[in-house]
Amino acid sequence: MDFIREAKQLLKQNIRDYGMYIALAVIMLIFTIRTGGLFISSRNISNLINQTGYIAVLSVGMTLVIVIRHIDLSVGYVAGFLGALIAILLTKYGTPVPVAILVALILGLLIGLFNGYLIANVGIPAFVATLAGMLVFRGALLLATEGTGTIIIPNKSFNAIGNGYIPDIANIKGVHLLTLIIGACTILFYIYSEYNTRKNKIKYNFEVISKQMFILKLIFISSIIGYVTWILSGYNGLSWTVVIVIIVVAVYHTVTTKTSLGRHIYAVGGNPEAAKLSGIDVSKITLIVFGSMGLLAALSGILYTARLQSATTTAGTLFELDAIAAAYVGGVSAAGGVGKVTGSIVGALVMSSLINGMNLMGVGISYQYIIRGAVLAAAVIFDVKTRNKSK
Amino acid sequence: MSDYILEMKNITKTFPGVKALDNVNFKVKRGEIHCLVGENGSGKSTLMKVLSGVYPYGEYSGDIVFNGTVQKFSHIADSKRVGIVTIYQELALIPELTVYENIFLGHEIKKGKFIDWEETIVRAKEMLKKVKLNINPSIKIKDLGVGMQQLVEIAKALSKDVKLLVLDEPTAALNEDDSENLLKLIKELKEHGVTCILISHKLKEVLEVADSITVLRDGNTICTLDASKDKITENIIIKHMVGREIEDIYPKRKVKNFGDKVLEVKNLSAYDPNLSREILKDVSFNVRKGEIVGIAGLMGSGRTELALSIFGNSKGYRVKGDIFVNGEKKRFLKPKDAIKAGVAYVTEDRKGNGLILIDDIKSNITLANLKSLCEKGFINQNEEIKVANEYKASLRIKAPSVEQKVGNLSGGNQQKVSLGKWLFARPYVLILDEPTRGIDVGAKYEIYTLMNELVKQGMSIVMISSELPEVLGMSDRVYVMSDGRIVGELPIEEATQEKIMELATN
Repeated sequence: MDFIREAKQLLKQNIRDYGMYIALAVIMLIFTIRTGGLFISSRNISNLINQTGYIAVLSVGMTLVIVIRHIDLSVGYVAGFLGALIAILLTKYGTPVPVAILVALILGLLIGLFNGYLIANVGIPAFVATLAGMLVFRGALLLATEGTGTIIIPNKSFNAIGNGYIPDIANIKGVHLLTLIIGACTILFYIYSEYNTRKNKIKYNFEVISKQMFILKLIFISSIIGYVTWILSGYNGLSWTVVIVIIVVAVYHTVTTKTSLGRHIYAVGGNPEAAKLSGIDVSKITLIVFGSMGLLAALSGILYTARLQSATTTAGTLFELDAIAAAYVGGVSAAGGVGKVTGSIVGALVMSSLINGMNLMGVGISYQYIIRGAVLAAAVIFDVKTRNKSK
Repeated sequence: MSDYILEMKNITKTFPGVKALDNVNFKVKRGEIHCLVGENGSGKSTLMKVLSGVYPYGEYSGDIVFNGTVQKFSHIADSKRVGIVTIYQELALIPELTVYENIFLGHEIKKGKFIDWEETIVRAKEMLKKVKLNINPSIKIKDLGVGMQQLVEIAKALSKDVKLLVLDEPTAALNEDDSENLLKLIKELKEHGVTCILISHKLKEVLEVADSITVLRDGNTICTLDASKDKITENIIIKHMVGREIEDIYPKRKVKNFGDKVLEVKNLSAYDPNLSREILKDVSFNVRKGEIVGIAGLMGSGRTELALSIFGNSKGYRVKGDIFVNGEKKRFLKPKDAIKAGVAYVTEDRKGNGLILIDDIKSNITLANLKSLCEKGFINQNEEIKVANEYKASLRIKAPSVEQKVGNLSGGNQQKVSLGKWLFARPYVLILDEPTRGIDVGAKYEIYTLMNELVKQGMSIVMISSELPEVLGMSDRVYVMSDGRIVGELPIEEATQEKIMELATN
């Protein structure tokens, strides 16, 4: 009985955190049923996750931007422009792939820092500063692709970033072994770190969840990781896109939850005045957050260009709004100071699951937009409602 | 019609985990000034929110009888419609709009479909006359002082044909003159038939104006005192409020040991480019180890500006002059530099720029000294909880856990979190700006005791305060500021309220 009561209480306390995951599960379940299992097939899930990559990295950066009460509208065309730049470097100048990527990342960082400088030091509202950036880079993208139109990239190793998969050590009956091994290692690492956290808490005499609940949680999360790797290993295994996204999320998740930089970012979002008087350099935090956004915009451009194997004149269109939507669906608050990186990734997955699932079901594009809009509104309504309750 | 304009019967209101009001009974006679007193967290504000419809019918149990009929407010607009207007401590005026626009905001005077501005201005003038405010109604709210803004709020209430006026800590942010004006006005409104509920921590003004006083403690009605029958003194009220008698509001230190000068400021001047005027002129003062130095002065005399100029100048003033910490000359370009040198500043406005209300107790306490909890760049989160729990215990912060959001705490407890935050930064000098503003007698006493404890341990405190009894009760030395200058320094033996006021007003 105690066990059920504890479960109920945990669910009640954390409904906001769990809400997104539950929503994602429900959406996936519905599509699986409606498509007769096609949705959950290895090939489709692999495709779905790879399609989400370039928006996912953007939404990670956008989360922090919104947390500090700003917005970045320029990221879409920055990604598009830098993608085109790489294409030109690779095709016209024969630049080696690593150098081209490095140039794009550095340029992205500089663009982000410049946005941050305008906002933090000059005092221009983020909306205006990045709106200007959006126009400028849209123009720059058109300029870059003016003569040639779409630039096709013949470089295989670059295109692998968007389309390739990690190599395998031995393929047994169409199952990607290395992916399975990585999945198993992840599960072991997860169990180990959870166990350590719990041990530490007990050492400090803090309250911990009961042993049964703890084991149940471990089994539950492990089986989800296990299931996802199993599905992915059934179709070519882990893609490079997924590897990159996982690294980005891991780094940002660690920084935001475990370091003082992360804490300072949330403090600035929660109350900039108080943060300032607590010795936090608000301008510096703003610069860092916009710098990281620029860097991730470049990464997004790389992923997208590699996936399409070409740079187009319309690349990056509306990326920024998809990223903003993903962040809001993932529980970021416009009032600042609230929102998790992992939430935004789930938000991005929710949005692309919707597109993917509706495409499989053959829902018309007009209805797709309406449904995506409704889901966005519903997510934010849910968020606002649960927040008021916790007061 | 009954004698009572308002009867709140058996009101019970619970929040998750807390019973904020427990069968509260509260009756207000027609045409009286009824003061509602109680410590922070005793349920005064909650009761008034039930009354005004912020907590709608159904979220509480019990009855509200207003003018003989049971009311079921589901929205603030409902209570306003029957003539109940609440004026909160945080004023609800729009700074960028004019006085007349504000007065009729929400119930604009219309001719046909459009606003009749001429009539609005005429009527606004009438309302301003009623509150004895002699200003041009076309002036913008942001250009008025807090005292005048308060009067505009009342004018706004009068324009709505108010029957019951609820004032929540109206004088908390006012200086003595403005407070007196306001109280006089409330009495006059009473003559004109407006019933008034006044929530206040300032017992002296309560005694001055109240016809009845209701005391709340821990969500219960303790008693209602009638000023015409009972003999009421501050001590009696305090006794009811805290459930015990506090003999001395200002605890005394037995041993006073002053060491060397810890903080010394020489010839500090500051110019505010936004207001384009000089806000500090040639200010010099010092504080010794183990000493509490009081800084008195009227509103606008430059006390907070002085603190901000010392504490890393976050407002971007142009500052000249020298600051010495422990004899060493320092330059603080940002608050971080000051914190590093061992200076801490507990702000006057804890909600506005002191605390992060949406964050929990522990991250607020550790924010200014997070580095000390970091190992290899990562925060040791278990150590953080431990530290926060230590401060929660030693400062007696009342909350279920350190994971409680600070925004949900009462004023006194928020102030303790604010203090905890700066104590954790381990400063030599603690600058306290209005450390007990808006908090109740019990919590005040605890904060005073804590201040004494800190100086005993060798810390130095600079206390900025508008409450003269507090300055006199706690300081070892008093500086008086006026118009951006230090106009006097008094050893505590020589300081009296009269002397300070004389210096401050000259």
